[in-house]
Amino acid sequence: MAFGDTLEKVDRRWIFLVVALLVVIPLLFPLRLPLAVSGPARNFYQAVEAVPEGSIVVLAGDFDPASAPELMPMTSSAVRHLFRKNVRIIALELWEGGPPLVDRILHEIGDEMGKKYGVDYVNLGYKSGREAVMPSFGNSFSRTFPNDYSGTPVGKLPLMAEADNFTKTALFVNISAGYPGTKEWVQQVQGRFDVKMVSGSTAVQAPEIYPYLQSGQVLGLLGGMAGAAEYEKSIEYPGPATKGMDAQSSAHMFIVVLILLGNAIYFSRRRANR
Amino acid sequence: MMNLLPVVLTAIVGILIILSFFIPHPIVAEPAQVLQDWAIVIVASGYVLGAANVYKINGEAAIKQQKDWIYKWVLLGSMTGMMVIGFFFSGGTQFLGDGSPFKWAYDYLYVPMQATMFSLLAFFIASAAFRAFRIRTVDAALLAVAALVVMVGRVPIGNLMTHGLPESIQLPTMANWLLEWPQNAAKRGIAIGAGLGVMATGLRIILGIERSHMREEA
Amino acid sequence: MPACVTQSRRHPSFLDFVPSLLLALVLVLGLAPPPAAAAQDSLATTARTLEAAPPVAAPAPAADVVGVDGKNDSGKAIELSWSASPDEKAGIATFTAYLVERAASTAGPWTRVDSLPRGTHKKSDTVERGQTYVYRVTALGPGGAAAPAVSAPVKAVAQWFNTGRVSILLAMLLFFVLVIVFTMRAQAGEKLFVRRIPGIDAIEEAIGRATEMGRSVLYVPGINDIDDIQTMASLNILESVSKITARYETPIIVPCNYPVVMTLAQEMVKNGYVAAGRADGYDPDSVRYVTTEQFAYVAAIAGIMLRDKPAANIYLGSFYAESLLLAETGFSTGAIQIAGTAQVAQLPFFVVACDYTLIGEELYAAGAYMSREPRLLGSLKGSDYMKVAIILVIVVGCVLETAGVTSFKQFFASQ
Repeated sequence: MAFGDTLEKVDRRWIFLVVALLVVIPLLFPLRLPLAVSGPARNFYQAVEAVPEGSIVVLAGDFDPASAPELMPMTSSAVRHLFRKNVRIIALELWEGGPPLVDRILHEIGDEMGKKYGVDYVNLGYKSGREAVMPSFGNSFSRTFPNDYSGTPVGKLPLMAEADNFTKTALFVNISAGYPGTKEWVQQVQGRFDVKMVSGSTAVQAPEIYPYLQSGQVLGLLGGMAGAAEYEKSIEYPGPATKGMDAQSSAHMFIVVLILLGNAIYFSRRRANR
Repeated sequence: MMNLLPVVLTAIVGILIILSFFIPHPIVAEPAQVLQDWAIVIVASGYVLGAANVYKINGEAAIKQQKDWIYKWVLLGSMTGMMVIGFFFSGGTQFLGDGSPFKWAYDYLYVPMQATMFSLLAFFIASAAFRAFRIRTVDAALLAVAALVVMVGRVPIGNLMTHGLPESIQLPTMANWLLEWPQNAAKRGIAIGAGLGVMATGLRIILGIERSHMREEA
Repeated sequence: MPACVTQSRRHPSFLDFVPSLLLALVLVLGLAPPPAAAAQDSLATTARTLEAAPPVAAPAPAADVVGVDGKNDSGKAIELSWSASPDEKAGIATFTAYLVERAASTAGPWTRVDSLPRGTHKKSDTVERGQTYVYRVTALGPGGAAAPAVSAPVKAVAQWFNTGRVSILLAMLLFFVLVIVFTMRAQAGEKLFVRRIPGIDAIEEAIGRATEMGRSVLYVPGINDIDDIQTMASLNILESVSKITARYETPIIVPCNYPVVMTLAQEMVKNGYVAAGRADGYDPDSVRYVTTEQFAYVAAIAGIMLRDKPAANIYLGSFYAESLLLAETGFSTGAIQIAGTAQVAQLPFFVVACDYTLIGEELYAAGAYMSREPRLLGSLKGSDYMKVAIILVIVVGCVLETAGVTSFKQFFASQ
């Protein structure tokens, strides 16, 4: 089968080129495909919506620029949703590359919605130590982070005076790209301190969170850019994730075609060899 | 004696941390908390060791002009440059504040390079899917069907393709069902097994049964 | 501004802003009280602020304030509960919030703990261990404050055991007993059956192939630090692998992601060479620290693969998104690839792109499998029997849940 031989030997850079075009073109010329909100994303929205006005929520942004396209949209949507309800946010990051990304989101949306740093939100920044930081943080926020991201002692921040552990917070929002992330927070903090928790994670990690979703340890889950787009639809604020879904749709369909094509060649070759 | 000391220390620390999970009393909880704080410090201090190793290995190769020595100079130069910027030009109390050189390096060097590497996955998964995803057995066929349903069902195109059908057989519904039930069951099984493996390995290390990492000579 | 005032719906008058203006003046003059003190506004301040409200009756008081020591903690929590004020359901016109305060005795001075909205009748307070406290709950409304309801003295004490974790303790003890019993049996000379793991058998074959081709072996111990058990398991396997490479005189390259992992990996490789009787063949630079940054690490390894073209790539340990990048780049160089990880999300990528894959606990079993050391094999059997126990518990639990008996499941719900 000459055509099959040709295809099997095709330089994989042609495949890369087609993928690139299928991602770039829908970003430039949106298809606006309709989006359905899945159960886990709906639960995430409802868990945030149930937070009483004026409460304090902890947001752990455990990601870095590599996963920013998937996780920054959901972080932005979560911050926006919380600020709309006048909920105050204490943020921290356990990934080195995370603080500037979360900081940018907090300040941009905070400025847009008239929120004041130190009163309505605080970014505690990064602490090295991975899992070891988690139970320590659960015991005392200020002891684990004596200063915030910009070096200000937390004692000088009014918001930090109102909450020093999870008993004073209404919800824990974890946006995670891997390790340390949601799994470790569930193991180290959720059960130990009986914390209400929701999670947003990359698409590849989301299936690992489903057991915790089913057991009720995590109340809601956003999986990848699709989850972020579903959440944007829920809060009625379409953003970059919604725009990215067209590109993701075309890339997924191309991979489906490749799988079918590869197997068509394989089966035809097998039949020819018999 | 010197060979026994790390084994004894490992046992004491390991047992204390395990006990702190069950005993909330401060007589156990507070030393355990101190040890967790020390773990944070030890991890952070390891970076000094790592940086020294990078300089040693790559510096020797660069000076002796071994294979690809130019790239070694690029590595050493950029590492030194980022350290200098990070120590002295990071914005002080406005750490990573707008306008600081460190923020510029973060926004225009670190972020694009990391995003680029991660985005390679999109291309590699396409080539891997074409090259290696072959339905050789019944199990592989089930895997392929599940993969196709989830891939299409999780994006809007799946919703568009089947939105006229009853909800129970729409692609997004089937994709969610696959994620919530069969894959969950399989993952739980693997996770339980892996968890037991972690416990067994941890127990071997704590009890000193596994101590190959502590020997200087076999 | 106290929360109880922000919940009021009456029109503000100038007197309402007096406390705020005073506070602003103090802040400007740099005499701001510390945040903790600012948060502890007293009942008197609250009452003064409410004085200007239109004449409405004060709400009926809360009742039955009970404080008990927090359970299963280190003696730093008191759980407070009370009965609602009868006016709570009557509407905002009479009731706005509960003010919770505490003191060392009924004589005061009272410190504000929290201000809670209607519908909330519980509060968990963080306190000093061993200190006696008295609490009072005051119903507040536009018409003023009700008479406070006061609790009996209560003291927080530390518990010696977290009773919510009994099930975990029992499971852990069972596991330890099984591991110790089988380890002792193995040490006594009993032959323990372990099924064949093709991926581990292929390691020697892969190294032999690299020797024939005159190329090196690349060993990647994962991307996590030494505190990850997968990294420990990988390093234990590395000793066996380096023993084989030493015997075949095949170069081995071990790029590490963390400095501590690098130092241990150097020890393991050196041990392997010494065990093979080739101590002089050990090259310390074969084990190197690259970077902790995930994708920079991947880029470095990809560079090693494309330049040095190792004939055998072994990826054992904890991996994340870089798994497919490594496997595909390795495939493009024609290397034989063996991978093993307990990161469930990455297994599909390794299965698709590598020649052999160790799935989940096969990685932890590999060390015992390769060394055949009785104590390690014993612990492997112990975990296998523990799995049988877990399966039995799952089956029994499912049957009982189906029959409507939930106490079995509740026993395993830990805190």
